[in-house]
Amino acid sequence: MIDKRVSSLAEAVSGIEDGSVVMIGGFGAVGQPDALVEALAAQGAKNLTIIANNAGWGRDVGIPKLLSLGRVRKIVCSFPKGSDAFSDLYTKGRIELELVPQGTLAERIRAAGAGIPAFFTPTGVGTVVAEGKETRRFGNRDYLMETALHADVALVEAWQADRYGNLSYRGSGRNFNPIMAMAAAMTIAQANEVVDAGGIDPEQVGTPGVYVQRVVPFRR
Amino acid sequence: MSTTAAAYTPRTAKEIAQRIARDIPEGWAVNLGIGQPTSIADHVPAEREVLFQSENGILGMGPAPSANEADPWLVNAGKQPVTLRPGASLFHHADSFAMIRGQHLDLCVLGAYQVASNGDLANWTVPDPSVIPGIGGAMDLAAGAKRIWIMMDHTTKQGEPKLVDTCSYPLTAVAAVARVYTNLCVVDVTPRGFELVEMVPGLGFDELQAKSGAPIHRR
Repeated sequence: MIDKRVSSLAEAVSGIEDGSVVMIGGFGAVGQPDALVEALAAQGAKNLTIIANNAGWGRDVGIPKLLSLGRVRKIVCSFPKGSDAFSDLYTKGRIELELVPQGTLAERIRAAGAGIPAFFTPTGVGTVVAEGKETRRFGNRDYLMETALHADVALVEAWQADRYGNLSYRGSGRNFNPIMAMAAAMTIAQANEVVDAGGIDPEQVGTPGVYVQRVVPFRR
Repeated sequence: MSTTAAAYTPRTAKEIAQRIARDIPEGWAVNLGIGQPTSIADHVPAEREVLFQSENGILGMGPAPSANEADPWLVNAGKQPVTLRPGASLFHHADSFAMIRGQHLDLCVLGAYQVASNGDLANWTVPDPSVIPGIGGAMDLAAGAKRIWIMMDHTTKQGEPKLVDTCSYPLTAVAAVARVYTNLCVVDVTPRGFELVEMVPGLGFDELQAKSGAPIHRR
């Protein structure tokens, strides 16, 4: 029997190793798997590389907690402003930052999940983002080469998950979650509700279960 | 010329937003940047059907809900609660930026630190290494929308021009801007540089030119 359900947040994040590359979904609070991130902080894995749109907000919940605990070596994101924990570390030179335009970040993640090693984009041509990257002209316009962004683990939040790992989303809760689920070797989903196979209408599945390894219920 | 009271009144942010809203026709798909440009939506009449896009995966966004009607699962790119209009759609980030980068948006309105006379845009960070940098969606929007309009004050608070020959701030995109709406005027970016569309009543052309860091051409 296929059954990807786990019963606790601690079990959901077990086995995540030191030095892992971890994607964390969400935009604002929506679709941000804070319960899984809290569990990862409690689990203790360190020397992590985090891939997320933001570096979290404030200081205490989610990504800022991982940062404050000194668990993060590097963050790959588009907009780290607004995270006091990140600002502290960055100002002291204690964290590496790879700043990526938001659409390039999304496409690098999508490419990884889709088996595409690199692509060309018009975004960032003529800016600091272009430094050190191949530029090529197609037609009458210049484009930058950007490479796929893989992860060992993706932490995502869904509205519903089923026993097969299928996920559905609500509102603006898709954001980075479906593409991160595709780009990681192991995807762990916290879902507002976990149901049996058939509990999600196939027409409403946003992430097919083949991309997901573990699901755990967590009601907001 | 008198150096006492100015003979003109600069537009307020609300008046600039109202002016821009007048120029957005029915049927366009539009992304409004975080900050002042977001307020432009408030001045597009409800009967004029414009599709507002939010880069976190919404097309057909409506106004902010009342506090007790807010859906905690629905926010805009500024992370504020929003609503959906009839006909709205929801999608993930890679699709949202395909919509942006793939030139499916008719317009994006952004704020700016500087705009150069060739359309170069600087709006994502200041030239100060102690400031935490953040790009967000600015570079994708500037490179991807069919047209980029800028909403900004004509000068900095210190009176330095923001319309310039060459940007001294870090660039967001090259040759991206089509039109600039300031508190003093509207200019188009053309092959010969900035071209005046209109000025606020009472402002003299020479005074506008003196407040600009690049030539303004009269049509």
